[in-house]
Amino acid sequence: MIDFGFGVSPSSRINLDSADKEKFNELAIAEPDVLKCMACGSCSASCTAAAFEDTSLRRAILSLQNGLGDDASKLLSHCMLCGKCTMVCPRGINTRHLILSIQKIYSL
Amino acid sequence: MIYEGKKKIWAEYQKEIPEDHYFYVRSCIRQSFFPASEATFLDITRNKLGKDIFETEHHTTCGGIAYHSDAIPQETVMTIIARQFALMHKYGYENYVCSCITSFGLYCETMETWREYPELQQKIAENLWKSCHLEFAKPKFLVHASDLIFKYRMQIAAKSKFKLVNKNTGEPLRVVEHIGCHYSKMFPSKGVGGAEYPYVLVGMVEAWGGQIVDYPERRHCCGFGFRQYFIKSNRGYSLSNTHKKFESMEPFKPDMIITNCPGCPYFLDRWQYVIAETQGKTYGQDGHGIPVFTYEEVAGLVMGYDPWDLGLQTHQVSVEPLLDKIGIPYDPAKKYLGKNGKYLGEPEKPHCLK
Amino acid sequence: MKNNILVIGGGPAGLEASKALSQMGYNVILAEKEKRLGGHLAKWDRLFPDQVSAKEVLDSMLSGIKDVKCFTETDVNSINLLDRSFNAMLSNGITVLADAVLLASGFDMFKAEKKEEYGYGIYDGVLTNADLEQAFREGKSSNPAPKAIGFVHCVGSRDEKAGNPACSKVCCATAVKQAIETKELYPDAKVYCFYMDLRMFGRHYEDLYLRAQKSGIRFIRGRVSEVAETAEGRLLVKAEDTLSSRPLKVTLDRLVLMAGMRPSEAGHKVGRQLNLSVEEDGFFSARDGLLSLQKSKLPGFFYAGACTGPKTLPDTLHEARSAAMEIDRYIKENFRK
Repeated sequence: MIDFGFGVSPSSRINLDSADKEKFNELAIAEPDVLKCMACGSCSASCTAAAFEDTSLRRAILSLQNGLGDDASKLLSHCMLCGKCTMVCPRGINTRHLILSIQKIYSL
Repeated sequence: MIYEGKKKIWAEYQKEIPEDHYFYVRSCIRQSFFPASEATFLDITRNKLGKDIFETEHHTTCGGIAYHSDAIPQETVMTIIARQFALMHKYGYENYVCSCITSFGLYCETMETWREYPELQQKIAENLWKSCHLEFAKPKFLVHASDLIFKYRMQIAAKSKFKLVNKNTGEPLRVVEHIGCHYSKMFPSKGVGGAEYPYVLVGMVEAWGGQIVDYPERRHCCGFGFRQYFIKSNRGYSLSNTHKKFESMEPFKPDMIITNCPGCPYFLDRWQYVIAETQGKTYGQDGHGIPVFTYEEVAGLVMGYDPWDLGLQTHQVSVEPLLDKIGIPYDPAKKYLGKNGKYLGEPEKPHCLK
Repeated sequence: MKNNILVIGGGPAGLEASKALSQMGYNVILAEKEKRLGGHLAKWDRLFPDQVSAKEVLDSMLSGIKDVKCFTETDVNSINLLDRSFNAMLSNGITVLADAVLLASGFDMFKAEKKEEYGYGIYDGVLTNADLEQAFREGKSSNPAPKAIGFVHCVGSRDEKAGNPACSKVCCATAVKQAIETKELYPDAKVYCFYMDLRMFGRHYEDLYLRAQKSGIRFIRGRVSEVAETAEGRLLVKAEDTLSSRPLKVTLDRLVLMAGMRPSEAGHKVGRQLNLSVEEDGFFSARDGLLSLQKSKLPGFFYAGACTGPKTLPDTLHEARSAAMEIDRYIKENFRK
């Protein structure tokens, strides 16, 4: 192998064909309300941890839909389960419970 | 794939290409990248088809490389172009044909700019007179050399000795076509077939017996660009684009690639070596790459030119498997002999790419 | 003597207005260029938001126009204003002298093949909203069942380059409705909607969206940039998932393009003869955008429905009824003194 000082850069593209749908289906059975998220962002806006660490339930749900479980784990790893997001969710999702289920199914 | 649907789109992007009498300008880089392509173009058009294609040693670069690398301003490049057009006029021609896609795009861009800003055209005409004492003129018809070969494709087919057909199976060769971005992506109406489903190379391949494969990244840039190649730290960007195209065309098992741009065949050819070296991956059969050709080289092959006279020994990806597939004879012993029969020396062969 | 009213266009607007006008005692003559009455409604299967049958809705409308003189497969060849009535020559050779004219020429579907990058008419799996409705009407389903299906919102809408910067209003709700119906037909298929904004403004529309979400339909915020065919003949679709700011690709078996609304060519042909003005979007301009929506600048010439811009079916029906009222008022003021 020759080092040319440059190389093929990895793609940043989301590939839905290879996304893990099994785990998301499992999650949707345990927490059907996860499907109701309309990405309004009020959960992230009210998040206590988000002020200090990169934390967002909205983006975590999106990552799971895109089959990126690791990204979701990172975005929830600083959650303190305070439940403020549950209070503001306009679709009435039990976000605190959802976060726990995500942790369980994606076994962090 | 509904072929009729494509034909409908092709019908919308027709371009008037006069039959004869052209003023020809060469590319700055093609003669070193693909040394026989332009000579083959002139030989086919003038000597085989009897067309009047005029060339003068007084023409220069169009300024495209400097312009696209932000080294010279637009006004300068327009004056250079005005000088080329003035030479055409001086020698009594009104049809202009250029060998380079960068030039073609730039000529289109310049003509459109003059059309929209007549005062700028006036200024360039004055610049031209002050700097060169030449009379300002514009071509009546501006075409790329691939437009002309497209125009003559049936005449070439009539004189052909070989077809783009696998001689063992009788199946048409599977050909990937790749047009230069500046051929029709800037001005879809200026290219044969438009930008989404360009027809210029498809028409040649169909006329010469091959079959086009459409693959998902067919619209994607070859990765040349200007800024991303010139600077080493950006070169990975260029390579990644080429890599993306090859990954996308791989499942279609193409036999060859035909191009109409100076940069594309060069990068699609050479980067296959770098990909083989860094990723350990090759895209052709049995450790070979996919051979990449200019349209003049392909025209030359079907017309029975000697592959070594077409300069195919300067390609990175070896062309012999394809020549064998078509049944084109070649003498391996003469591969590295110059036109005068003198031994040219041989490049070192990489292990990663046959 | 009964006054003659000419209604141009036999879609929902023309039918509803004809019904109201004939109930008011006018002699209504309706000219429809197609073979059958109903316009686009006649080609649709089910209607948003409640998925009622388009055929039942249309049948009910048709039952109200028994006293209307309907000419199908009939164009308006020429029309001009005499002293205060309109003289129209129809393509069937009949000349109509009408005291008022209602233009209900509706819309033409945006020609999806114009978006070359989506490959309509080139790739087998790409179809339009209208094609899908027709398949639903004919009870057609694919065997084997498609594994993945996408819906592209805003095809030829909110697209300056395609000549239509405006929203076509009905496509979001149509896409969500069709996505639900597709999911019902193929429960194991993955269904995606590519949208920029979801404009679910009407009553029950948001419920429809929620229902779609609950059924597992994935909404991806981003416009499809290009479509290509894979070696297996499936469709490779590219878009950006703008919520995660990353490019995205997915391989689908079908892609349904939500072709938007463009002004009707047949309507323009009538408008040109009377020098009726159109706005930049190509739709006719009403005398006043708030207070006189049904009136044109020409006394005695009225508009209803999508000839003055994209409208939902209820919008169109409201306009048809108000146009009938406006015509009645106009006739009473000008012809019965």
